Amino acid sequence: MSFHPNEVARRARAVRAILTLVIVGLGLAFFRVQVLRSSQYALQADGNRMREVPLVAPRGIIYDRNGEIIAENLPGYTVSLLSPTADSLASALDALSKLVPIDERHRSLVMRRYERARNQPAVIFNDAPFEIVSALEEHRVQFPELIIQNSPKRYYPDGEAVAAVMGYIGEISELELTLPKFEGYKPGQLIGKAGLERQYEAQLHGREGSRFVEVDARGRVVRDQGVRPDIQPEAPAPITSTLDLELQRFIHERYKDSLLGAVVAIDPKTGGVLALYSGPTYDINRFTGSMPPSYFNQLNTDPRKPLYNKATQGAYPPASTWKLATAIMAMEMGIADIDTYMERPCTGGYMFGNRFFRCWKHEGHGNVNMRQAIATSCDTYFYQLGLKIGLSNLVAGGIRMGFGSRSGIDYPQETMPRFPSADITRYYNEKYGARNWTNAVTLNLSIGQGENSQTAINMARFYTALATDGTAPRPHLIQQDVPRERLFSIRPEQLAALREAMADVVSSRGTAGSAAVQGITIAGKTGTAQNAGPDHAWFVGFAPYEDPKIVVAVFVEFGLHGYTAARIATKVMEQYLKTTLVNASATTNAQ
Amino acid sequence: MTLPRLGGRPATIDYPLLLTALLLSAMGLAMVYSAGQTDIAAGAAAAAWQRQLVWFFVALGSAFVVTRSSVRLIEWVAWPAYATSVVLLAVLLVFGTGAGTAESMKGWLTIGGTRIGQPSELAKVAVALMMAKVLAGMRGTPRSLVELWKPLLVVGVPFLLIMLQPDLGTGLVFIGIAFGMLFWAGVPWPLLIMLASPGVSLVFAFNTSVWGAWFLVLLALLFWYRPRPIEGVLLAVLNVTIGVVAPLVWDKLNIYQQRRLLVFLDPQYDPQRAGYQVLQSIYAIGSGGFTGKGYTLGTQKRLGFLPAHYTDFIFAVVGEELGFIGVSIALSLFLALFLRSTRVAQRGSDMFASLVAFGLATGWFVHVVVNIGMTLNLMPITGIPLPFFSYGGSFLLASWLSVAVLLRISAEGRGQADGLGL
Repeated sequence: MSFHPNEVARRARAVRAILTLVIVGLGLAFFRVQVLRSSQYALQADGNRMREVPLVAPRGIIYDRNGEIIAENLPGYTVSLLSPTADSLASALDALSKLVPIDERHRSLVMRRYERARNQPAVIFNDAPFEIVSALEEHRVQFPELIIQNSPKRYYPDGEAVAAVMGYIGEISELELTLPKFEGYKPGQLIGKAGLERQYEAQLHGREGSRFVEVDARGRVVRDQGVRPDIQPEAPAPITSTLDLELQRFIHERYKDSLLGAVVAIDPKTGGVLALYSGPTYDINRFTGSMPPSYFNQLNTDPRKPLYNKATQGAYPPASTWKLATAIMAMEMGIADIDTYMERPCTGGYMFGNRFFRCWKHEGHGNVNMRQAIATSCDTYFYQLGLKIGLSNLVAGGIRMGFGSRSGIDYPQETMPRFPSADITRYYNEKYGARNWTNAVTLNLSIGQGENSQTAINMARFYTALATDGTAPRPHLIQQDVPRERLFSIRPEQLAALREAMADVVSSRGTAGSAAVQGITIAGKTGTAQNAGPDHAWFVGFAPYEDPKIVVAVFVEFGLHGYTAARIATKVMEQYLKTTLVNASATTNAQ
Repeated sequence: MTLPRLGGRPATIDYPLLLTALLLSAMGLAMVYSAGQTDIAAGAAAAAWQRQLVWFFVALGSAFVVTRSSVRLIEWVAWPAYATSVVLLAVLLVFGTGAGTAESMKGWLTIGGTRIGQPSELAKVAVALMMAKVLAGMRGTPRSLVELWKPLLVVGVPFLLIMLQPDLGTGLVFIGIAFGMLFWAGVPWPLLIMLASPGVSLVFAFNTSVWGAWFLVLLALLFWYRPRPIEGVLLAVLNVTIGVVAPLVWDKLNIYQQRRLLVFLDPQYDPQRAGYQVLQSIYAIGSGGFTGKGYTLGTQKRLGFLPAHYTDFIFAVVGEELGFIGVSIALSLFLALFLRSTRVAQRGSDMFASLVAFGLATGWFVHVVVNIGMTLNLMPITGIPLPFFSYGGSFLLASWLSVAVLLRISAEGRGQADGLGL
């Protein structure tokens, strides 16, 4: 072997060069990873160990017109599990179910929540009762993956009184998550599912915050404090409703056990809804958090349909309350005025062709003018008036006054009224078949029957125009400026005469005399909608007659006669004018 | 300070070498301690530093004894040490036990259920000694591969025994040591390439064009260097056979057989797990940044994301906790160790001493490059430890015995008159 010192030195030089090159090369590789790309890997390492626990933001507070709280947030608890795998979640649920009630259905719900967002804690109780929280806190050590945190819980101090108008909130569904409207929402978040909560979701939804916990390689929480500063949730600005909570409460207190129907009250000056009530009501506070499924099922299968807002979603034939529309059209066309008589007096009905159309009063009203016909709700009078106006004018006028479209209230899922379309020939041909219908439809339409179903809110809008100058703003529940739209144009003295006739209704001369209130002149119109079962009752009106401050529409299912509804409506008006309005002004003056 | 007279003349201690090794050991112990500081149940890692500390003192004691011997005595020990190693490796195939992630391997010597150590670690030192003895005894520059049969046999027997365990990583270290020592002994580089060619062909066989290019280079080398004709022809045929047959055999295997073969060659890590380990290692190192997350504070380590963090992947903990600064210090210390060892080899009193020194240094070098490269996915995961850092008694002992041998060789080496002079 050649081992001459010179050769060894030559090899040693080569070796030193190689050693230095390799080590420097390694150093450069580390420089690249640790200095040039450090931030990227730091992110990865943080992603390994950090789990984001959402901090639920409080929903926006809703005030009534006087600053009373309709909807607020109370402290509540959310219980969730942070699990690395579905299996570990399942076994944790097994262990938990020995301590707290978790049934099979609940279990599969939690598993579904987990599958939707694996890196987030799976919510077990959205709104855990205190007993559950304390039971779990006791066994905290056994469940390192358990996360119990404060989370605001929606609360309505007058839950039953405002159920229909507020709607309710619930967990966002998979379908909703795909909608552009809910962009940026995360699985498990609560959203408005119905009512104002749904309509104003964008304004009521706060910005969710985050808390960070540290997990180990097996996904178990190692540290849940101070891993990274929390991102605090943000509450949105409160919004103010046009509702008068005191009036709403009054309606609820008085009619909660008896009313099967709807009450709507509107401030005719602004179009702001003062009260909106649908009976029977339910307790929306039980809808927040973990609602027992039995409660929802019970409400959902109740034949009285409590979950259905009868004021905006229930459409029924407006019956005689619609006669004002017929009267206005006659005035607009110059066919008749307040003191016009018809050719034939009322003999308990009207013979049209070979068919006898009944008046509600068998013995007949005799010879009445328009004012008396309105006060006594004479059908015979309006049959003849309708025939004079003609079907196409009747339909066109109705559409102009808004009976063919929704009121436009800021409330979701308002039912579209049923009303003939402007092309009447086509409309009725499609409905009955060509030449299978006669002018008899005109008679039905002119007394608010036939192809005409209206919601209480839409009727209230029409009467807002009657209570003012023939214009009405779109009704609304949240304070805003809404322009008035003209529904009809008759001379002021004609409108005044109609109002006088309506005041007669709530007097000894009219159909709702029994509903009159001492000291307040109330104007309105009753209606009795024919029904396969017992008839429905309507009353729409306003008070005080001299300077209307409130329009009320009441609809009572199976109420038999209009005065049933009228008695409720006039009580609401009395309450508003004598108590609520007085209290409110007293408060304002005191301030 | 002088060592006792054994070689008949005063000897000085190679302080730079000793100091470098001590610093590496201190840093290594500190990292083993840190590895036990976790937020999860640390298991064996928790108390590893205490055992490692005990082993460190055992190693220092043994090293002291070796420094009091002489190069001649070390040379005399070569044969018995080598024979013992081979016997132990053979015994392991029957009685050996696995450990940890390498449960299927038979690398551990166990007596009565207690794991005594890994004979392959000591075999590395013994093979270096034996190779040096054999190479030093050879006369003239070899011109053919046949002339290298003796040193090749010396490394081949333990290599085969280790591959039967099987432990590819450790086997590769033996190959590395062998090539390093043959180079240092003055074997011409064309011969070294010829020697390596079957292995290179096997690796390149899976890409036809790469293999083709390699084979042309090899042919050119053969024509230029003109080895013995029979050797040249045999080598060419062998390379062609490997290049053609290996892919055919491989393709005939289904994916499960392929995986089984890979796992057989490298049983410590199944591919999925290995991928996860390396990824976590890179996250740990990268997230350490320039200054690191602080000693004992690495999150990847604390929360159990980094597997084998106190053994094979301990350097990832260095990167995570001490940052680029810590990595640079460790790499500099290793470079210093290698350069100083090369100097010792260069100044060895005779050919045996020089070869031993170089062989031991080569062993460290392979370990360091493969292990540290592995933490950044620059090297395959073969599961070989990092000298002075990775937890493990036999390896620490072997490393310090190597230091001791180098110190002794340095003490007896030429040019010691200038003491600490470089």
